[in-house]
Amino acid sequence: MMRKQQTFSRGLSDKVRKSKAAPEIQKNPFEVKINRKKFDVLGRKSKHDVGLPGVSRSRAIQKRKDTLLKEFRLKDKNNTFIDRRFGEYDSKLTPEEKILQRFTLERQRTQDRKDMYNLNEEEELTHYGQSLAEMEKMTDVIDSDSDSEEKGLLSAELTATHFGGGGGLLRKKSAGDEEEEHKPRSRQELIEELIFKSKQEKRERQTQKEEAQELTEKLDQEWKSIQNLLAHKTPKAERTDETDKPKLDQYDMMVRELGFEMKAQPSEKLKSAEELAREERQRLQTLEADRLKRMMGDAEEDAVQTNTHVSADDMNDGFILDGDDRKTLAYKDGKWNIEGEEEEKEDEDGDEEGGEEEDEDDEDDAEGEDDEEEEGEDDEEDDADEDHCDLQSDEGSEDEDGQGAEEEQLCAEEPPAVSEEQKKAAQEAARAELPYTFPAPESYSDLKQLLQGHGSEQQRLILDRTLKCNHPSLSAGNKAKLQKLFGFLLEYVGDLATQNPPDLRTVSALIPQICGLCQMFPEAACKAVQTLLSDSGHSMEETLEVKGRAPMPDLDMLVLLKITALLFPSSDFRHPVTTPAFLFLSQALTRCAVVSLEDVCKGLVLCCLALEYVSLSQRIFPELLNFLLGLLHLTVSDKHNMGTAVCVCVCDLHREILDAIPEKPSQHAPLVFKKKKPIPLKLFTPKIVLDYGKKRGNTKEEKERERLKHKYKREFKGALREIRKDTRFLAREKLSDVMSRDAERKRKVKELYGSLATQEGEWKALKRKNRK
Amino acid sequence: MASSTDSNVKGENSQVSYKKYINTKTDRVLQSKKHANDIFDVIEYLQSEKDKEVIFATNACSKVFCQLFYRGDLYVGDLPEEEDLVNGDRSAEEKYRIFMRHRYSNCVELLLENIGHKAFQVKETSLCALMKFVAAEGKHPLQNLDEHYNFPRELLQTLVEHLLSEKEDMSLLISRFQEFLEMDDVRYYVMSSVRDNIYRVMGRNKKAVIPVYQNNVFTLLSTINVPSEASKMKHFLVRQDCKFEHKRAFEQMWLVFLKFKLPSNMYKKILVILHESIMPQMSDPTLLIDFLSAAYDIGGAISLLSLNGLFILIHKHNLDYPDFYKKLYSLLDPSIFHVKYRARFFHLVNIFLSSTHLPAYLVAAFVKRFARLSLTAPPTSLLILLPFICNLIRRHPSCRVLIHRPSTAEEPCDDPYVMEEEDPAQCHALESSLWEIKTLQKHYHPDVAKAAMKINEPLTEQEDDISELLELSTFELMERELKAERKTIPLEFDTATELLKSSREVLGVHFSLE
Repeated sequence: MMRKQQTFSRGLSDKVRKSKAAPEIQKNPFEVKINRKKFDVLGRKSKHDVGLPGVSRSRAIQKRKDTLLKEFRLKDKNNTFIDRRFGEYDSKLTPEEKILQRFTLERQRTQDRKDMYNLNEEEELTHYGQSLAEMEKMTDVIDSDSDSEEKGLLSAELTATHFGGGGGLLRKKSAGDEEEEHKPRSRQELIEELIFKSKQEKRERQTQKEEAQELTEKLDQEWKSIQNLLAHKTPKAERTDETDKPKLDQYDMMVRELGFEMKAQPSEKLKSAEELAREERQRLQTLEADRLKRMMGDAEEDAVQTNTHVSADDMNDGFILDGDDRKTLAYKDGKWNIEGEEEEKEDEDGDEEGGEEEDEDDEDDAEGEDDEEEEGEDDEEDDADEDHCDLQSDEGSEDEDGQGAEEEQLCAEEPPAVSEEQKKAAQEAARAELPYTFPAPESYSDLKQLLQGHGSEQQRLILDRTLKCNHPSLSAGNKAKLQKLFGFLLEYVGDLATQNPPDLRTVSALIPQICGLCQMFPEAACKAVQTLLSDSGHSMEETLEVKGRAPMPDLDMLVLLKITALLFPSSDFRHPVTTPAFLFLSQALTRCAVVSLEDVCKGLVLCCLALEYVSLSQRIFPELLNFLLGLLHLTVSDKHNMGTAVCVCVCDLHREILDAIPEKPSQHAPLVFKKKKPIPLKLFTPKIVLDYGKKRGNTKEEKERERLKHKYKREFKGALREIRKDTRFLAREKLSDVMSRDAERKRKVKELYGSLATQEGEWKALKRKNRK
Repeated sequence: MASSTDSNVKGENSQVSYKKYINTKTDRVLQSKKHANDIFDVIEYLQSEKDKEVIFATNACSKVFCQLFYRGDLYVGDLPEEEDLVNGDRSAEEKYRIFMRHRYSNCVELLLENIGHKAFQVKETSLCALMKFVAAEGKHPLQNLDEHYNFPRELLQTLVEHLLSEKEDMSLLISRFQEFLEMDDVRYYVMSSVRDNIYRVMGRNKKAVIPVYQNNVFTLLSTINVPSEASKMKHFLVRQDCKFEHKRAFEQMWLVFLKFKLPSNMYKKILVILHESIMPQMSDPTLLIDFLSAAYDIGGAISLLSLNGLFILIHKHNLDYPDFYKKLYSLLDPSIFHVKYRARFFHLVNIFLSSTHLPAYLVAAFVKRFARLSLTAPPTSLLILLPFICNLIRRHPSCRVLIHRPSTAEEPCDDPYVMEEEDPAQCHALESSLWEIKTLQKHYHPDVAKAAMKINEPLTEQEDDISELLELSTFELMERELKAERKTIPLEFDTATELLKSSREVLGVHFSLE
């Protein structure tokens, strides 16, 4: 309907718009308004020099009356009247014709109706197709089902004809052409047939229902008669229901479970080992690239040029083509390396226990190292660029040294790597003993209690379980607990290292847990390590200020530095943890006094740590060289006391070192500044701007854009004006409505008064008459 | 139990009793001349074993003799021998005064002895009592000399002699003595007596080093401050009109002290305060040149320290020091980074090399030497050194070839610089390049690496201010690093499984657990 109306209204407005003012009006001098021009511009065509304000205004009002006013009148009205009188708006038909047509139509309709609705011969009132007379007879039985049943049974055809088709049918009729008269007829027949059918069906259903009704009534009565007999049986029935129920529930549960069960996600296809390896490699590559980027630090651009040795290949596989890979290989390799390790362990043992012989041995070793390193340093003085060469040679000789000593030592310790089965068995046993859940320790003493008295493997298990039980995803408070735990763990590790004898195996066993925690909470880990570093740095500074010299850091500090290297990347250009650690190392190597062999040993551990810290980033560590030089001076001072064996050893090492060092003395290219783009000369010609005034769009798009903008502005203004006019018009209409209503009212009141006055007059006249 | 309380009571009794005893004795001595002999008892207590008794007796003595001074009961003039007293035909009054004078000198002797006592309190009270005597003697002179010159010099001289012990460190007592040195006349006479004393003692010891004595002298000397203007001198122990040549006395005292050979740590001590508290108070500081050049020749830290004094002499007193820069150049060795006076040294070197009129070869030699030394320096020194080198190159653009030599082909060649050469003119520094700084670009500390990066680009016009960096310590550097806020904390991505097992293990290769 709406659409129809719209089209209708549009047509109307178009019509209004198109109707031109009559020519006689245009000619009327009173209607014409001539717009005065201020300047006469040659060659400009003006559209608006002559206007007809009255005409245009009246046209606008008319237009509004036809469109806006109509809409206003129909506002808030859902129903609309559709005039279906035949030929009402047809201007072609003459009134006579119209009346004639209408009359014939009316006649036909009354004729048809008789056939259509009068089923019986005589007129009968019905409701739902049933005669009202009959309905009155039926007193009871209101079937609630019947309505719904009937609704469901309406055929699609029927509904279509009832609701969808009717309009179209009638419209056609209203369009009314005599030629098409026969067509609706056939259709009407069809409809008649349809209606007839449906009525028949309905009647049949009615009868069926009645029968059913009767039967149920009968059944009810019978049931009542035997109800007493069944009275005691009902509980049992209930019980059976009960027994049934759980089964149902179980089943339901099962169904639901199956329904909600995690379905196998459509995952990516199973990767082959190759693919996995490739992915892993890719991940490592990105991480390595990240690390390298950080290593370059803030001055990345500068560093790119300087670190020319970091080739593209390096970036890819994460290896540095230096002595390092050899070392790592050696570590991972087979048997003899492990033995070498053991041997070193022996040496270390000696250090820790302070056994004299072994100490001496170690001292010799240290001296040997020193000598080598001195050679390296002498060279270093001239060429710092090739320091890795030196380091490599150091390591090489070190290894050989180890081998040499290895032969001397017959007693081999139990290999550190226990066989797999044994390990498993031990773990099994440990598992059997330990409880599975642990509360997160709230204080350091808690942790100590938790861990003390267990073997290293068990301690690792305990920690592992504690971590699992208190995973941050399980509870909100766990995160803080675990963060604290990291600090406690570091403290515990420090304690283990300061014990006598130090329990470094346990420390080593706890490393994976510490790493895991660190990965979980980098910030907390960073804070914890930082505080430890700054505390010991502070204490060292204080002793330095008071005494002028400080003792070498204790084993716990060495272990902490080592752990720092494991947790944080020491290759970064600047890192919140490793940079202070570097400074601590430097401080320890430069300021701490070497007074005993133990100090020498600690210093060498520090040197190793320093080397490890810079091994990837290939940085220079002057303090390391200084310290080794200092050690050398120490040994040289009591050279006279050295035994011949030591001398021989030193000489051997000396020769080896000399072989390892390249013959050619280092050379340096003269330094040159980085090439820089020359700064252009400042020019003194004035800058000329050719485009004066407002800048217009130069390109086509800009011009188009400008045009559109202008147009939009004008349209916008016009629309605003129109809206204002509309509202004004509506207000006027409303006012006139009110006025007319008031006038009507006044008129009516007047009328009433008038009638009353006449009544009164009549009444008085009658009275007068009576009196007379 | 009972016995212990008894002894306690006894102790208290004895304490009380000796106080009472001394008090009554002093009162009696002062009351009448009849009881003059009681003074022996009081003086006897000065030699007592117990510190408290000694202190109490000292106070009593000073009270008694001050009173006697006030009364004029001490004999004035040359003192006759005590044995003559009996024979001599003197009045009883005179005899009494001579007697008392003898007791007074006894007492002074004992007090001077007590200055070397073990307990500091005894020393202190003795010193105070003696100074009271000095004041009293000044007011009531015991010798009939001219009126303007009645300061008891002899007493003060003996006092100083005892203060400057050859065996014992008297620094505590000397610092106590400092308050008397505020008085201008005391200071003056102390200065002159110290001078005499040094002459005497060092002459006796044949100019050998006596560390304890010299330490005492130094402590005493360093406490002496001469006011800049004579008009400001108003504090006198003894009221006097005559004027002193304070500056001259001060100068002579120091010169005498510095004339003799000193232990090396004494050199350091003197040199540290020399330019601040000694030189400005001398009338002619150029007289110190002998001492300074001797110190400069010693080498090491002492040479570094003597630079300061030398600089003042060269700068303000127009002293010509031949081969100053050559010597300075030879002073540069790795130890300069580790000595305590690093900041002062760099400050001075910065001043010495601030002149733009120095020849380029000299500056280049310094720059090159510093660069070479930087290879062994700790980061705190490097943070001073690198901007300093840059500053030097900025000041002397002809040294720019060290970091920028575009003309030659870029082929590596040996470093022509000769580190061992002591003469900056012969070391070929200008032909070399600062590859050491280039090496330091890969230093582990980010700030150092950044500072070293600066030579890659043309240096800016503005000089870097190194004065803030001079006092930087490693711990401060560490703290700065620790306190810096960081957004992200990168972690090691391959997690470790064991303590000595990582991808770049060095420690594990050389050491193992257990």
